[in-house]
Amino acid sequence: MNMVVCVKRVPDTAESEVHIDASGKDIDKSRLSFGINECDNYAVEEAIQIKERLGEGTVTVISLGDKESDEVIRMALAKGGDEAIRLEDEAFKGGDGFAVAKALAAAIKGLEYDIVFTGALADDDGYAVVPAALAELLGVPHATYVKKVEILEPGKRAKVGRELEGGLMEFLEIDLPCVLGIQTGINEPRYASFKGIKQAAKKEIAIKSAADLGLDASEVGEAGSWAALEKFTPPVVGEMAEILEGEPEETAAKLAAILKEKGLV
Amino acid sequence: MKDIFVLIEHRRGEMRDVSVEMLCGAAKLGGTVVAVLLGKDVDAFAKKAAGYADKVLYVNDPLFENYNSEAYQKALSALVKEHGPGLVLIGNTAQGVDLAPALAVELGVPLVTDITALEMEGDKPKPTRTFYGGKLDAHFTMKDADLYILTVREATFTAEDPSKSGEIVKVDNPVTEDLSYRKFVEYVEPEVGEVDITQSTLLVGVGRGIREDKNMPVVEELAQALGADLAASRAVVDAGWLPADRQVGISGKTVKPKLYLAVGISGAFQHVTGMKGSEVIVAINKDPDAPIFGIADYGIVDDLFKVVPKLVEKIKELKGA
Ligand SMILES: Cc1cc2nc3c(=O)[nH]c(=O)nc-3n(C[C@H](O)[C@H](O)[C@H](O)COP(=O)(O)OP(=O)(O)OC[C@H]3O[C@@H](n4cnc5c(N)ncnc54)[C@H](O)[C@@H]3O)c2cc1C
Repeated sequence: MNMVVCVKRVPDTAESEVHIDASGKDIDKSRLSFGINECDNYAVEEAIQIKERLGEGTVTVISLGDKESDEVIRMALAKGGDEAIRLEDEAFKGGDGFAVAKALAAAIKGLEYDIVFTGALADDDGYAVVPAALAELLGVPHATYVKKVEILEPGKRAKVGRELEGGLMEFLEIDLPCVLGIQTGINEPRYASFKGIKQAAKKEIAIKSAADLGLDASEVGEAGSWAALEKFTPPVVGEMAEILEGEPEETAAKLAAILKEKGLV
Repeated sequence: MKDIFVLIEHRRGEMRDVSVEMLCGAAKLGGTVVAVLLGKDVDAFAKKAAGYADKVLYVNDPLFENYNSEAYQKALSALVKEHGPGLVLIGNTAQGVDLAPALAVELGVPLVTDITALEMEGDKPKPTRTFYGGKLDAHFTMKDADLYILTVREATFTAEDPSKSGEIVKVDNPVTEDLSYRKFVEYVEPEVGEVDITQSTLLVGVGRGIREDKNMPVVEELAQALGADLAASRAVVDAGWLPADRQVGISGKTVKPKLYLAVGISGAFQHVTGMKGSEVIVAINKDPDAPIFGIADYGIVDDLFKVVPKLVEKIKELKGA
């Protein structure tokens, strides 16, 4: 079975301050660390595990992004990916989930594939558009929020579990080829071995522009998006927490006193 | 203004709250609100929706007994083509996220997902949504089109009392194709663990800030000192540091303890949804901009590894006294 995994390099903003830049439409990324989008990491692992379980097949890693995305691609190669494609073009800049799906679809159309894996959503924009949009563009069925994949018949049919609200799972059978949007927690992503990293460093990453994919600049990037980002603003928050000030000793004592007063201790 | 379609979401005999919220939100936008209900034996939902809508378009067919994105997509695209609404609202749920992007691509109309606020400029939506896990609001202008699709985050609009009595119109199932290439099999309930956190009065919620499995005793001691149960964010459960039945949030449990003490949790809305009903919320997080402080009653902005051990000491002192 041939599998394709779409990965995205994203900034880690969970633990850092986020500053809107002068354009008002982007953030200052100079002090942020970057890495693979969280669910994409699980998607890579799932593809590699299926290849290992079946004892055959290929995993092609695709990313839309600039040169720095190579780092994320190489990590996926180091874990067991076979080939890699990076989509890079000025025209791709500022695209929403739809614009990205169009570029990915154009790149994937020429490949032989049984399953295309994507993450369920991206940590930065949170659109959750790519898996279902990509499937529609490719003309194949899809499932997203996928937390279990069982290949019933290689190249033909799979059983997948989708995670619904409250931890309920919905199982469905789906014909291949298909697109699966992978949710976190489906597996235990491995670490790349030193040997794998060394081998991956030597692998070629094919670079494709919009023109290479037969796409006009008006179809992709900001121009090809469903909506345009006007501006970022700090979130509107309700009442902020009462922040207890001081050294850990003091804040802990203050909190303990509050809990006591409220009858919680 | 053209009609507004609102997709009613239901599963296993329950209509989801987001459906009523969207109907109420849509009513404020002006225009005719049409609830679209695809199901089998869901007359009760049609009646309920009619209390909030000007019209209910109801397809009753075994095909819709359980959700299937393909069946939903085909039915909705047919209904949209026939009735020509100007806006379609779909819940940003596990179902909506699976459905809306493919529907939008098929219809060739613009979609914005997971909106948290909505303004209209004439017929054109100007949605707001969040970026970077809730750290920023992003304001969008949509491309010019005859129809727009939005997926709406839960609690974006407020559910109100029913005030309408919309006409219920049963329509024939417009889907005739064979859809066996994607077929519902079964639902599987989450596993039941030893502690039912939905019943706990005191909870210590632990997040990715704990860093490693071997640090778990830090929060375990806190829970023990308080006499609380341990709960967790998804990040901790995904990492395998606590079992899945301890997860609080959209895909975990909804808890309403007297105290929810969030330690090293950023406060992503998927988590907050599950714990915002707690009586007293306390957050310990080193990032002053963590969204969790926006819903907590009390906060400590510091390294949890410095604060929590001190807190354990203080609580023990109080309890000993
Ligand atoms: C469909 C879907 C469903 C989901 N369902 C759920 C759900 O049910 N429940 C859920 O929780 N999530 C859910 N999520 C995931 C959610 O979006 C977040 O990714 C998750 O809640 C983040 O967990 P966290 O806060 O522990 O980690 P992070 O967001 O990584 O935050 C860690 C926090 O710890 C702080 N921190 C780090 N080190 C320290 C330290 N030493 N001292 C103090 N603070 C520190 C950081 O400042 C940061 O704020 C879902 C996501 C999706 C897409």
